[in-house]
This record gives sequence, structure tokens and C-alpha cells, in this order.
Amino acid sequence: MFITILRIELFKIFRKPRTYISFGAIAVMIILIQLAIKVQGTELINFFLGSQNSTFDYDPAKILNGYFVCYFILNTLLIHVPLLVALIAGDLVAGEANMGTLRLLVSKPVSREMLMFSKFGASVVYVVMLLLWMAVLSLFGSILLFGTNDLVVIKETGFHIISSGDVLWRFMAAFLFATLALICIASLAFMLSVFAENSIGPIVATVCIVIVFTIVQQLQVPMFQEYASPYLFTTHMLGWKGFFYVMATDENQTIRGSVENTGAILKSGLVLTGYTLFFLLLGVISFKRKDILS
Amino acid sequence: MKKSGLIIFCMVLLYGVKAQDAGALVEKIKGKYNAVKDYEANAKMKTNVVFIKAPVANIKVYYKNPDQLKIRNESGISFIPRGSVNVNMGNIFTMSHYAAIDAGTEMVNGRNTRVIKILPDDEQSDVVLSTLYIDEAQLLVLRSKTTTKENGTYELDMFYGRYANYGLPDKVRFTFNTRDYKLPKGVTFDYDNGSAEKESEKTKDKKGTVEISYSSYSINKGIPEGIFN
Repeated sequence: MFITILRIELFKIFRKPRTYISFGAIAVMIILIQLAIKVQGTELINFFLGSQNSTFDYDPAKILNGYFVCYFILNTLLIHVPLLVALIAGDLVAGEANMGTLRLLVSKPVSREMLMFSKFGASVVYVVMLLLWMAVLSLFGSILLFGTNDLVVIKETGFHIISSGDVLWRFMAAFLFATLALICIASLAFMLSVFAENSIGPIVATVCIVIVFTIVQQLQVPMFQEYASPYLFTTHMLGWKGFFYVMATDENQTIRGSVENTGAILKSGLVLTGYTLFFLLLGVISFKRKDILS
Repeated sequence: MKKSGLIIFCMVLLYGVKAQDAGALVEKIKGKYNAVKDYEANAKMKTNVVFIKAPVANIKVYYKNPDQLKIRNESGISFIPRGSVNVNMGNIFTMSHYAAIDAGTEMVNGRNTRVIKILPDDEQSDVVLSTLYIDEAQLLVLRSKTTTKENGTYELDMFYGRYANYGLPDKVRFTFNTRDYKLPKGVTFDYDNGSAEKESEKTKDKKGTVEISYSSYSINKGIPEGIFN
């Protein structure tokens, strides 16, 4: 039964033109970034590493390889993709209420829990497909355009160089983690969707929450850093980057296959899972108790 | 009065003899090092800079007398210190006009060395002062400290083995000054995995080292010009 309803929900999602806006937007953004880097990538490298030009000799063309471009794209886009996820997940229940089909839907011989889990399942499938699309375009597209070499991961206070043979698994792990992060966003939009009568509200509310949390996290105010940031899901959404922070020996030589702090990534994963379950259960329970009038 | 005049005369004479000795020793070593017209070497390079985490790189080192040197990482990415031309003594031993001053003896890596300071006469020279720690018996430079106008001070420790006859080391440790690396907050959207504090503490150290371990040299076989472009 679950699979049947899931299929129906997926049909509903992929029948709407707005679903494809996300795929189109991601494709356009990735192609634009790749094009910009192809044309003016050296300036980008200079922006990050220019302060070291007088000390070190390096080849910007080698740094600008497919892995670097993919990492840069993920760094840029994974902040914006939540908005695209909210577009679909925020519409799942509120959209039905808006169209007046929700009452009809719950009158079917299917439990409300089953209905909600199927709807959420459909949004998870959507997130996975969106990320697969992103992975194909950003990783394989960039490899095709720029080739491969070692990956230079640039951080605020330094940079890590990862051997090319040690990179692909990190991208796979990062995409899996990003899936978890976006599912968390989907669950938030889905939960808000239960309380609204049209989809604009939950979509805008989700976007606002993500923006506010991201600003709080980036403000670097000690009070926020101590008491707020560690508890915000947006902080933990960056956990995918943890796979690109490598361990090093005492002499700063990277250790192949290592991750600097696996515990921190695991913790972030657990926090995101916790938030997802909380939002999902809150949504399901609220929907179960909801007096549906539309 | 006569006595003190004699002492001063002896000191001047002694200094002159010593200075001559220092110059002669440097010339002898120059002859040995300049016998190498070019080489191509395979090596492994370890970079130890506080803000760079890098794998050990397989590199090729190309040298052409007098002072052309290129380090290439054929398969990956390396950040090579700009003063790396100093990993070869060529730029010191190609000076034609210089003053060599004897600065006594010192132990370097358990070996007694003669310390000689080289002051170039040429005002255009990038090198301001170079201190060489020389193993007199084997005519090898074990350590050098070079102060340049443009690129600060470099220190070079050389460990010899199979290619000592050519004055080429098996291992070189090159120490150089680094600059702070810090991007404005929020540019990279770093993930806080608890390592940020440790890293910012570490970046206070201003010295970096590059260690090159040579596995083989191909000496005086010719190097294509294009390599150094």
C-alpha cells in the first residue's frame, strides 16, 4: 500500500512544471559556474591564494581541475538548494489544502500516517534525484571539462591537498551527507506545510528559517557561537565538508583515506537525523489531529 | 710600545692568512660543485608548513649550471617555495666577486665544520650574506644560511651519501620564512569540526620546511632549455 501511495505522490510531484524548475535552475547555475571558472578561474585562485604568491610557486591550472570545480560548486550551491527543496516539500500538504483535494484525500481508506509517510517518502525521492542530478553535472561534468588532479581544499586558515586517488570516495560520502541535510530541510517544509492552507506560507517560512539560521551561524558573534550555532541544523548541514578535511602527520603530511574528525561528522549526522525525525513526527501527529476543512 | 705593535702586526697577518684560507677553501669547493653542469633527479618532497596539509610528492628536480633550477610535481599539486632555487648551492658558487670571511668552527649534525661568511661584491646580487658550514675534509657544504634582499632568509641542511663526490646531497632540508594565511571570515563557509582553534594557534609559527629526498641523479646528461620556462 505504501509503495502505491508513494507512486501516486511521485506522479503528482513530477507532473507539476515547478518540479523541473529546480532541475533546470541547478543545471543553469552549475553550467554558469563552470563557464566562469573556465574563463576566469585563475582570478578565483588568486583571490584565495594570492597572499602566498610571493612565498610559493604553484600552477593555478593544475588546481583548477574537475574535483576543485565540483567542490567549489557544492560549496556555493548547497546553501541555495534548500530553497529548491522547500519549493516541493512545502507544497505537499498545503498544496492539496489550497486546491481543495485534501479532504477528499483523507476520506480514502488509508490511514493519515500512511498518507503522510508516503508524501514525505516522495519528497525524499525528489531530494535524492535532485542531488543525483547535481552530482552528475557538477562532478562528472567538471571532470569532463577540467580533468582530474589533486584536490586543494581551501579553508579560512589554511589549505589541504588531497591526492587525486583519495578524492572520489569523499565526494560520494559528501553527496550522501548532503542528502541527509536536504532531507532535514524537506522535513521542516513538510511539517510547516501541515499548518498552512496554501503552499506559499510554508515555502517562504522554510526559506526564512534557513536564511536566519545561516546568518546567525555566520555572524561569528561569540554569544551566538556558544549558545546558538551548535544547535542549529544549518550548522550541521555543512558536515559534508568534513569529509574533505584530512588528518595529517606531525609534519603536516596528509594521511590517505583519513578524515580529520569523524566524530564531528557523525554528531552532525545524528543532529540532522534527530531534527528530521522531530519535524516529521510533529507534522504527522499534527496532521492526524487536524480538523480538515478544505 | 714595540711589543703591542708586534701583536697588532701578528693579528693583521693572521687575519689575512685566515681570510686567504677561507677564500681558497671556497674556491676549491666551487671547483667541485661546478663540475656538475646539469642534472635531473627523482625525489620525494615533504612540505611542512603550518597552514598546508599536503601529501608526500613525487617530484623531478632539474638543474642547469650556473643557477637554473626547477622542481616539478609531475603527477600532482605542490606548493614550492619561491626560494627553492637555493636548494642547490649554484647561486652561491657562481659569484665571481665576493669576500670570504672565516668565522671559526661549529658542529653540524655531529661533524666539525668550518664556518665561512660570503659577502658578494656585486651590489645587484639578490644575496646579501651567505654563511656556509663546510666539511673541510670532504669539501662539502653541510649547511648554509642565506639572506636575500627579496625573499628573506633561507636555511639549507644537506645530508650526503652516494653522490657526495659530485657535491650532490641525498637529502636536503630547506627552511624558509612563511607569511600568515587567513581568509576573511565567512568566505569559505568552513565546517566547524573542532579543529579550527588548533589550526589558528599553529599558524603563529612563521617557518616552513621542505625536505627533498633524492632517489637518483642523472648528472651531466643535458637538460632541454624549455624545462626552465
